[in-house]
Amino acid sequence: MNVLSQLKEQIAATLPNLDLVIGWERGFDPLHHTPLFMRRPEDVERLVIDALCVHNLAVYLPGLKNKKVGVAVKGCDSRAVNQLAREGLIKRENVVVFGFPCDGAADLTKVRRQLGDISGVQSAALEGDLLRVVVDGKERETPLKDVLADKCLRCRYPNALTHDHFAGEPREARVQTDDYKDVVDFEALPLEARFAHWQQEMQRCIRCYACRNACPMCVCRDHCVAQSRDPHWVTQEDETREKWMFQIIHAMHLAGRCVECGECQRACPVDIPILALKRKLNKEIRELFDFEAGVDPQAVPPLLSFQVEEKNINERGW
Amino acid sequence: MAEAKYLHHDKLSAWLEEVAGKMRVLAPVRQGDAVVFAPYASGVQVEMDKQATTPPKGVVFPASEELLRYDYQKNPEQPGQVDVELLPVIQPEPTLVFGCRSCDARGFVIFDRVYAGQTYKDPYYLARREATLFAVIACLRHDITCFCHSVGGGPGDAQGADLLLTPIEDGYVVEAVSERGAPLLDSPLLEPARDKVEQAQTLRDKAPRNMGNPTDFAPARDKLMAVFDDMDFWEDVSAKCISCGACTYLCPTCYCFNITDEGAGLSGRRVRSWDNCMSSQFTFEASGHNPRPTKAHRLKNRVGHKFSYYPALHDGLISCCGCGRCIKSCPVSVDIREIVVRAMGHALPAKDKD
Repeated sequence: MNVLSQLKEQIAATLPNLDLVIGWERGFDPLHHTPLFMRRPEDVERLVIDALCVHNLAVYLPGLKNKKVGVAVKGCDSRAVNQLAREGLIKRENVVVFGFPCDGAADLTKVRRQLGDISGVQSAALEGDLLRVVVDGKERETPLKDVLADKCLRCRYPNALTHDHFAGEPREARVQTDDYKDVVDFEALPLEARFAHWQQEMQRCIRCYACRNACPMCVCRDHCVAQSRDPHWVTQEDETREKWMFQIIHAMHLAGRCVECGECQRACPVDIPILALKRKLNKEIRELFDFEAGVDPQAVPPLLSFQVEEKNINERGW
Repeated sequence: MAEAKYLHHDKLSAWLEEVAGKMRVLAPVRQGDAVVFAPYASGVQVEMDKQATTPPKGVVFPASEELLRYDYQKNPEQPGQVDVELLPVIQPEPTLVFGCRSCDARGFVIFDRVYAGQTYKDPYYLARREATLFAVIACLRHDITCFCHSVGGGPGDAQGADLLLTPIEDGYVVEAVSERGAPLLDSPLLEPARDKVEQAQTLRDKAPRNMGNPTDFAPARDKLMAVFDDMDFWEDVSAKCISCGACTYLCPTCYCFNITDEGAGLSGRRVRSWDNCMSSQFTFEASGHNPRPTKAHRLKNRVGHKFSYYPALHDGLISCCGCGRCIKSCPVSVDIREIVVRAMGHALPAKDKD
């Protein structure tokens, strides 16, 4: 039995005990899947599982806190479930997690880079290691590995780290360690070049806060510091520095919490590469506290603990 | 109207530079992986082949604009007396928006009824509107998300445009479609279009037929009112919405705004900025009450406003230009067409007889 049929069976069997199960279905075109909220048995038939299941569905869990909810998760998504439960933002016992082996998720921005404008896509097929599409009547193809999200190329957790059901066989991780080479390389640039990079990238931000709302760990929701009216912390002015200021706030509030699902960057309608800011902080958190959010469900997050002497912070030595 | 002209690809940059000598020219240019409207500068590659990621809405209705500056002044003779000095600010810059699409220009036709209509004329909007010209490129191909032909527009539509460019052979047929657009054709770089005008018309006529049958959204006006109180329906269609503002801020027809005072000490600026009905603060009243307390209420407002409330006030005109950006750029692929179609076909729950 293939993974999808097995998963559908598991969901169908569990659905009667739950308010709903969240998965994915085909969206408005063959390259865009969309979250599927399954409430009736017939909804389960629409479920799809493949490289186009890009969304981290754990984002919906804190908003459904008092419901019995099932959720399908990729390995990276499952870290958000762990972290949300660890922070008491969801009740793990109210959530039924459906895991499956993830072969990687496509980055549609990379698909555009490889195949050109895909806004007229008529069909898409994942055949082995190839993504084949028909756009405006013309066939185009690319190796799948060239259009996988960066997070997938350095994926260490392809199987859900927490799950109540698992469809298929766990797969091997692509790599064993994350060396944060992207962060190291960027930090090797002169300060002026890094500043110019962010000024250039942030100027096209439309302040829609898709980055924030797609983030499973951004749980302030309607009480975000960026939009509070009283006190009015952040101005409504449309300056690059205000937009960038918010990104820094977002990244700092996610220190030790970000699970690197990359949803902030994927959700950005103008493709600003903002995951880099969170990667930088995750690198620091790993070095200082030897901690990775959402990996070990029992580990105490650094911001939820206090030690007089931190092992890796030599305060007296400053 | 002025005679139609032909602009060869090779002369496009020179013509844009010529126009840029007289006014600010904004054109779709690549920034990272997005295409946005930015000031044209010599040597910049203009993206002519696809719809820009962001519409040119901000040119006439900026994401954030200063309405006035204020300055409180204490009277040293009478410390209890404080005067406030107000300085209104309107500084429109004559601008040509080059290379937008029919849907983008048509957005302002929908704006006009609100900000430049019979009942109210917004001086800030009017000043920018009057200072801005639109050179529209007719679409001869469409995106999956395009539906301009279902909401009163079309891929080669000239509503709201001043110049209409139709891609043909190695260049464009350029037609003045407003009196204000005509002087722009007065350039030695443009040659008479002659029989190319007819070819351009044929291409434009063919384009909407390639888009398939239009959807008739007219019944939505009454049907959306009928499902107004069916919150189960709205909770169902809004379940996957993550309440960000991408749909609203990318929309050429969304015109809601917020006003804030950005002050420091005794002086500051009153700023008008885009609001969006997906935000929990939209219509949040000073009393603490919000008539739209959940995302289901808020998405209902977005859909209802465009396909029912606005048409009811404006002769059936739908306040959507069918550009499809809200669909293609939604992080979770919410499809407004699907919601309206579902509402039009939705059987209302039987009323409880007890």
